[in-house]
Amino acid sequence: MLALGVAFSYTAGWLAPSRLSAQRIVDALQQNAGWHPGYRRNHAKGVCVSGYFESNGAAAAYSVARVFAQGRTPVIGRLAIPGGNPAAPDDSSPVRSLALRFDLPGGEQWRTGMNNMPVFVVATPQAFYEQLLAARPDPATHKPDPARLAAFFAAHPETGPFLAWAKTTRPSASFATQSYYGLDAFYFIDAAGRKHPVRWRVAPETADHTDAPAGPPSKDDLTDDLDRRLAQGPLRWHLLVTLGAPEDPTNDATRVWPAERPTIDAGTLVIEHAQDQASGPCRDVNYDPTVLPHGIAISDDPLLAARASAYADSYRRRTGEEAHVPGSAPAADATKASQP
Amino acid sequence: MNTHPAFHPLARVLHWTMAVLILAMLFIGVGMVSTVSSKHTWLLAIHKPLGIAILVLAIIRLGVRLRFRAPPLPADMPASMQWVAHASHWVLYALMFAMPLIGWAMLSAGGYPVTILHGWPLPPLVPAHGALFGWLRLAHGVLAYVFFLAILGHMGAALYHGLIRRDDVLPSMSFPRREPSPPQMSDAPATTQASAVGTALPEQPPEAQPAGDPASPGQGDAG
Ligand code: HEM
Ligand code: HEM
Ligand code: HEM
Repeated sequence: MLALGVAFSYTAGWLAPSRLSAQRIVDALQQNAGWHPGYRRNHAKGVCVSGYFESNGAAAAYSVARVFAQGRTPVIGRLAIPGGNPAAPDDSSPVRSLALRFDLPGGEQWRTGMNNMPVFVVATPQAFYEQLLAARPDPATHKPDPARLAAFFAAHPETGPFLAWAKTTRPSASFATQSYYGLDAFYFIDAAGRKHPVRWRVAPETADHTDAPAGPPSKDDLTDDLDRRLAQGPLRWHLLVTLGAPEDPTNDATRVWPAERPTIDAGTLVIEHAQDQASGPCRDVNYDPTVLPHGIAISDDPLLAARASAYADSYRRRTGEEAHVPGSAPAADATKASQP
Repeated sequence: MNTHPAFHPLARVLHWTMAVLILAMLFIGVGMVSTVSSKHTWLLAIHKPLGIAILVLAIIRLGVRLRFRAPPLPADMPASMQWVAHASHWVLYALMFAMPLIGWAMLSAGGYPVTILHGWPLPPLVPAHGALFGWLRLAHGVLAYVFFLAILGHMGAALYHGLIRRDDVLPSMSFPRREPSPPQMSDAPATTQASAVGTALPEQPPEAQPAGDPASPGQGDAG
């Protein structure tokens, strides 16, 4: 019995507090941004959107997922910026994100979270965690210590392509003009059961320069811009699916696939409405990228399992806070690092 | 009236199968929520269908339990101890139902598809509602620990019966004793009573067998 108890505690991770767990990653996110009850622990600032995906049937040859048969699938989405601070100014980062939940017939779902850069910063959950530690705000300045960050990037050459993108990318003044990349690789499964390695992105119909304001966005410009555009009509993106070759890495989101890989335009994402995230339909959605319909499967990308596990923990915390369940306030040390 | 001092073979098979499955589920559960490795994915993929399988087995088991009465506890057990024994069994039953039902309801409240068979999710038990997810998620986690402690207590009690009291309780759920036979049955009076079920496994319901089959050799002492 004692052995059983010990084995149980070991499995739960209580005897190995240094093992990387979802809880430690989410604690680190929470420490960096401060405690904001009810909000996502990352990409905390965002807005709900809704509309539909109009499939043209072109991807159906590669995946039996019902979302790719010709026709419409309703979509609940969320546009956001990264970081755990729901009041962060819109120019605090060049990264923008779009998360989507496709509601397929029969109760199946496809959830995906995408960012506007073509490569992810790191390739593994361990490196993601180290980056969070390196970016922890200094208690005196409330800013990350540049030397620590530089040391992290120097020790992680795989961050090079992302840094090159970040250096040349100005924070966009609109969500509507961005492409959003799924980054992680997945498999499409066709009717014969064959697996096709894929990566997807959505590319905007809205061109980048249409009524772009002069400077970078200030505090809440992104949602104002979105509301203004939606008042004039729906926003459209094309869902582009790139087919990988056998030699393309499926386990490394920091490396792009060669540009000549075939890309299918699978249909149009149409966003019609936006709603405040505090009351909108995306609030209680966990955009866990491993919630997939039959016909799409995860790859060996190590970020995927880590995301599933960490998003679930973030979701557990924020829904618990919403419900005021006992124990939903964090331990004192996790609240110490406060907002800027 | 029930004169069979052992559990129905089907009850025993269910008991031990489910004991293994439930313990496995508790380990899978706490393991998967902490790990960020690919184990998370496949443990979760086992957790959901296995949890629903436990629900189905629990329904069958409750039917078996109500259809074939449980053997009486040893008469010399104090009444308070008997009460605790019965109450603890109903607590275990309640948890066998509650855990999978909460798991299913929790995923429904979170707006997730409850994927058991790939491509054919179960219908939601409750409407999607974030705060309800918050409560059910807490309940699933807390009751899992209560379940684990209850099982440890139950095991302790079973071993106390089997190793210290050396009465019929453990054999009644494992390998029921037969008629006293030369090698080891010195505690004859109790065992004579306990000798209803013949072979240890289910082909034959106990009713089919004459109580105390004198021909069987005593092989299965308290496993
Ligand atoms: C190990 C790596 C990663 C970790 C630990 C992580 C962690 C998180 C967490 C905890 C959340 C909040 C989830 C919630 O409460 O619903 C989140 C949101 C998000 N993440 Fe990640 N993330 C990782 C990698 C990625 C990657 C590779 C992408 C892009 C492809 C991504 C895109 C997003 C998006 C778009 C959201 C916001 C979803 C929404 O609007 O609700 N993340 N992330
Ligand atoms: C997940 C673990 C377990 C659960 C949920 C469980 C549940 C139960 C329940 C509900 C009963 C009442 C009889 C019935 O209706 O089936 C019972 C009886 C019994 N269990 Fe378990 N059990 C577990 C593990 C164990 C273990 C590990 C042992 C032994 C070391 C054990 C030994 C017994 C014995 C001896 C009885 C008969 C008690 C009597 O005669 O009243 N059980 N168990
Ligand atoms: C006898 C049945 C079950 C047992 C013993 C069990 C046990 C557990 C345990 C121990 C955990 C970890 C809790 C924590 O550490 O906080 C867990 C989590 C979980 N269980 Fe179960 N479970 C059962 C049935 C189910 C069923 C039927 C489902 C769904 C169909 C389910 C879905 C889940 C999910 C999704 C989680 C993870 C939640 C998260 O990541 O936030 N469970 N379970």
